[in-house]
Amino acid sequence: MNCRSEVLEVSVEGRQVDEAMLALVHTILLHRSTGKFHYKKEGTYSIGTVGTQDIDCDFIDFSFVRVSSDELDRVIRKAVGEFKDLCCALQDAMGNGTDGMGQISLEFYQKKKSRWPFSDECIPWEVWSIKVNVVNLANEQERQICREKVGEKLGEKVINIVEVINRHEYLPKMPTQSEVDNVFDTSLKDVQPYLYKITFQITDTLGTSVSTTMRRLIKDTLAL
Amino acid sequence: MDSDLSPQDKKDLDKFIKFFALKTVQVIVQARLGEKICTRSSSSPTGSDWFNLAIKDIPEVTHEAKKALAGQLPGIGRSMCVEISLKTSEGDSMELETWCLEMNEKCDKDIKVSYTVYNRLSLLLKSLLAITRVTPAYKLSRKQGHDYVILYRIYFGEVQLTGLGEGNHARFQTVRVGVVGTPVGTITLSCAYRTNLAFMSTRQFERTAPIMGIIIDHFVERPFGNMGHMHPCNYRAPAEEEGGYTGVEDSQEVCTTSFSTSPPSQVRTPPNLVFNFYIRLLKKRNGEDAEASSRSTDGKSVSPRDVMETTFTRKVGAFVNKPGTQVTTASLDLPFAAFAPRAYDIEENDPMVQPPESPATSSPLQGSLHSQGSGESGVPAQDDFVMVDFKPAFSKDDLLPMDLGTFYREFQNPPQLASLTIDVSSQSMAEDLDSLPEKLAVYEKNIDEFDAFVDTLQ
Repeated sequence: MNCRSEVLEVSVEGRQVDEAMLALVHTILLHRSTGKFHYKKEGTYSIGTVGTQDIDCDFIDFSFVRVSSDELDRVIRKAVGEFKDLCCALQDAMGNGTDGMGQISLEFYQKKKSRWPFSDECIPWEVWSIKVNVVNLANEQERQICREKVGEKLGEKVINIVEVINRHEYLPKMPTQSEVDNVFDTSLKDVQPYLYKITFQITDTLGTSVSTTMRRLIKDTLAL
Repeated sequence: MDSDLSPQDKKDLDKFIKFFALKTVQVIVQARLGEKICTRSSSSPTGSDWFNLAIKDIPEVTHEAKKALAGQLPGIGRSMCVEISLKTSEGDSMELETWCLEMNEKCDKDIKVSYTVYNRLSLLLKSLLAITRVTPAYKLSRKQGHDYVILYRIYFGEVQLTGLGEGNHARFQTVRVGVVGTPVGTITLSCAYRTNLAFMSTRQFERTAPIMGIIIDHFVERPFGNMGHMHPCNYRAPAEEEGGYTGVEDSQEVCTTSFSTSPPSQVRTPPNLVFNFYIRLLKKRNGEDAEASSRSTDGKSVSPRDVMETTFTRKVGAFVNKPGTQVTTASLDLPFAAFAPRAYDIEENDPMVQPPESPATSSPLQGSLHSQGSGESGVPAQDDFVMVDFKPAFSKDDLLPMDLGTFYREFQNPPQLASLTIDVSSQSMAEDLDSLPEKLAVYEKNIDEFDAFVDTLQ
């Protein structure tokens, strides 16, 4: 089984990064979350109910639907917030007027138990890479246009996500009670997303990663 | 085709398709209500949440969907469609989008009905939730209100997209929400939405924002005339049958922004008791007959009831600190209700209707008014007379011949109006109304005086 990989790309202004990422990550997680499993005898189980919630963006003309789970929302917001802080830090380091690029990856994986002394293996089965191009805008008029344009773009991305999801390609088999933690994140009280992890990396406009850029900056400073 | 399917699977599949169709309609209509939707997740399964999703069921919508289906199920050649259109307050309407739940002949015999089909239908509903927020009609529906409303119509049979745009130019785009293969066919859910909203851009939406309650007024009173077979959600009118859809009734209904059922407060001009008060002051200054002060004189149409209420209200002075109970509904609407005279049990204890024996000096009112005139003590109830030393705030006694305290006292106990010492009940309402034009003429003559008075206040 090969890991399915999808790439989405958006260009946003600095203050739109949070909401754009939340919109896309939550849309994906909406489709990749189920209700809590309740196992009964003889290997049967029942599934809890997933509620949904409309969220309006403040800096983008866009609304999206997310799973009604404050716990899940907190986790995602924290990750997206860190990503945004890194993006902003890069822009500050490089000076005004520099566009930056970052990528946030949402990876769904399964755990495969290994025998001692090997640790459990994490096998990804679907990876969503969201490339973010952070732009600087000069005036309010441009910002207003950006609000609308980014809203339209996000709409297109939601349609892309839905298209991929509805291909009904590989999904992990529904696990038995003993295996459920290898497939689903059972730590939340109200919903049960597939096991996932969020990673990100930041690059500057030249495509080099932030760590390389910082190293170069420090070297140049010491050389003076 | 169906022979491979066990009876239980067939029964389950039919049930899934039926409830999927009903939930699809709910999701679409609720996404066009104009408000944010929020439902709670529940870790314990409830038997009523189909597809493990918390989607509320609006009874009217379910009723309309069932009516459209008329016992049939979406199938090959039988599509269920939800048409979303916009109607302006001027009567223009435009179809915005059509959601189609169709089935084609491509079967997936190997798929497990009770597990895979069910889960995929659940996924498709989630996709529908996401996509309904992305099409242009969503933003329009969030802004619906006084200028336009969003309507929905459910029909069954052949898909009609002509309303979305005609001619050679493609005026609509189609987005596919998703597909689910089943042993009897492949269910597809898609949306065709209008891209040319030029009709919208030429319209002038420059009206003022609606006053709360007016929207409900409009729907109850059907201001969007000639709605044909469109009906508001608030009440039900018989749907009309259209030719071409055998056994299907079509009805178009309004998605209101609010399902509030509280009757709207009628928007009427409050009786002009404030102006009343000013006139009373003016007449008193000029020593003229203050009879007219009991009528509203601003020229607005005042209902007989308003006149009645103005007549039987008490006189109190300005700056009187009184408890805020107001008996008349008219005075509830007043902006300066605290200044307005208070109406008690209207005709029972009112000395104006049954004037006291010595109206000039003592009346049952005076004690209570006097006590209420105190700037420092609060009066607990209407019936208690509490005599307290009258010490108005910010005044210095004996400094001026006419100090604040004297002003309060004089003002609180003005002489009874000459007109009101007459037995008012003997006058008929008609006579009162007949005398209005004369009085209005008098006031118009004295309009300069009033203007001068108003100027002095500024």
